[in-house]
Amino acid sequence: MSYVIKGETGDWEVVIGLEVHCQVISNAKLFSGAATDFGSEPNTQVSLVDAAMPGMLPVINEQCVRQAIKTGLGLKAKINTKSVFARKNYFYADLPQGYQISQADQPIVGEGTVILDMPDGSSRAVGIERLHLEQDAGKSLHDQDPTRTFIDLNRTGVALMEIVSKPDMRSPEEAGAYLRKLRSIVRYLETCDGNMDQGSMRCDVNVSVRPKGSTELRTRAETKNVNSVRFAMQAIEYEAQRQVEIYDNGGEVVQETRLFDSQKGVTRSMRSKEHAHDYRYFPDPDLLPLVFDDALVAEIKTTLPELPDERKARYVGEFGLSPYDAGVLVQEKDTATYFEAVALGRDAKMAANWVINNLFAVLSDRGVGITESPISAADLGKLLDLIADDTISTKIAKEVFEVMLETGDAPDKIVEDKGLKQITDTGAIEAAVDAAIAAGPTQVAQYKGGNEKILGWFVGQVMKSTGGKANPGQVNKLLKDKLDN
Amino acid sequence: MSLDKDTVKNIAYLARIRVGDDKLGPLAGELSTIMGWIEQLQELNTDGVEPMASVAAMSLPQRRDVVTDGNCRDAVLKNAPDAEDGFFAVPKVVE
Repeated sequence: MSYVIKGETGDWEVVIGLEVHCQVISNAKLFSGAATDFGSEPNTQVSLVDAAMPGMLPVINEQCVRQAIKTGLGLKAKINTKSVFARKNYFYADLPQGYQISQADQPIVGEGTVILDMPDGSSRAVGIERLHLEQDAGKSLHDQDPTRTFIDLNRTGVALMEIVSKPDMRSPEEAGAYLRKLRSIVRYLETCDGNMDQGSMRCDVNVSVRPKGSTELRTRAETKNVNSVRFAMQAIEYEAQRQVEIYDNGGEVVQETRLFDSQKGVTRSMRSKEHAHDYRYFPDPDLLPLVFDDALVAEIKTTLPELPDERKARYVGEFGLSPYDAGVLVQEKDTATYFEAVALGRDAKMAANWVINNLFAVLSDRGVGITESPISAADLGKLLDLIADDTISTKIAKEVFEVMLETGDAPDKIVEDKGLKQITDTGAIEAAVDAAIAAGPTQVAQYKGGNEKILGWFVGQVMKSTGGKANPGQVNKLLKDKLDN
Repeated sequence: MSLDKDTVKNIAYLARIRVGDDKLGPLAGELSTIMGWIEQLQELNTDGVEPMASVAAMSLPQRRDVVTDGNCRDAVLKNAPDAEDGFFAVPKVVE
């Protein structure tokens, strides 16, 4: 299922690399003691360091360093025990220092790997080039005043991890899967909340195209600050098409920064950034190299939770789930926790089916997450128990599930109140079977004549007369016994 | 290595320093002299020598993750040429 763009001169493939900025979860900023909370009053979380007052000096926050190491370990990446902070120089109204403290040629984390879970159940590895620590910029509000831009520096200096992938992705779907997986990993690790809609995870998309089968890397265009998985995929689709058209018309793609217009689904050139690529990096003279020992890395390693890949492997290995189902369940930590509560001590495959096929549909209809599920994991588990011990059939269980959604009652109470308990009393079932046989002489003749499918008609009659409560296994067995003799 | 006037003009632009056209020539000369000194330094063989980050034999001091600062909006905004509703106000930045 490779992604091909049909051009006039032949088939093209797209080459994608992503730079993802993840806001680090920490109380204080990367180099100052100001708070990092989202949504506070403007400029209340700004220290004189963040405002770049003369004479102020940055002092690094040890927690941000730990979070970067932890994320690096989660990406199966090389941790560099010595890294260097550099100044990336540019002027912008929301960057009071006139430079961003970042890391250039010596980042804290080197090469790693992210495994993508594709919708068809297959897996694919994408290389990580590096992860480095840097300062976030402030926020500009352009729409508050006709002639002025308003600046809030609350976000200035909050720690970011910039995670750079290798140009390993070949379709919008792979880029989407990469973003979702990265978000899942940082959420499991609790190093970033991964909320793209709040801007705590943002993505720059690098796209180039090349003739199918070629291995060259052509000039890429970078689309900045894309703030959802869907937009990233749309931006890639649009960019790939645009670049193929340029080559088809005999033109050349220029290396530039572009913006994604989510209203129109297109990318546009950002002319204001023409000069911006000359950042004149140099080591920050205010900061010594960041050095730590292997013992710190080993200690942080002991704090790593079970990550989505390992959890998925466990679900496949221990529970016998399909790779696809396992991948769906582990993507969000809360979903996995819910599923495990339902599956504990029960048939895990059945638990997975109920969560994925029944519960997810309800959650998506209501637009809520698993933590706001109208049915608790304990109650869904109880429902499965009622099926397992033959109190109700799977069909009745679906009815009970609907009532649980409406009333929030426990399944055993619903079964009791509504008299849904399955009839397992052989005598009662036998009577219903006899009645069905007596009512359908034509069907009996058809069955005897070799039409085994007609058995379903008898089952239907029995279910009708018992209100669907007869145990289907017993009904089938009794019907066959009686009709075959 | 010598710098031409256009390069000096671009460097001045990137640094937001206004340099008159008549100053570009002399400045190019001065900067080229400095580059010459750096070239001299680069003649030294530094194979196997760690880059020196500081003359002080110390490592990067680190801070605990505790909020100890901020909540000083008035001080932060005090020198701003223009401010409104707690924001800095700057000439419109058009994208």
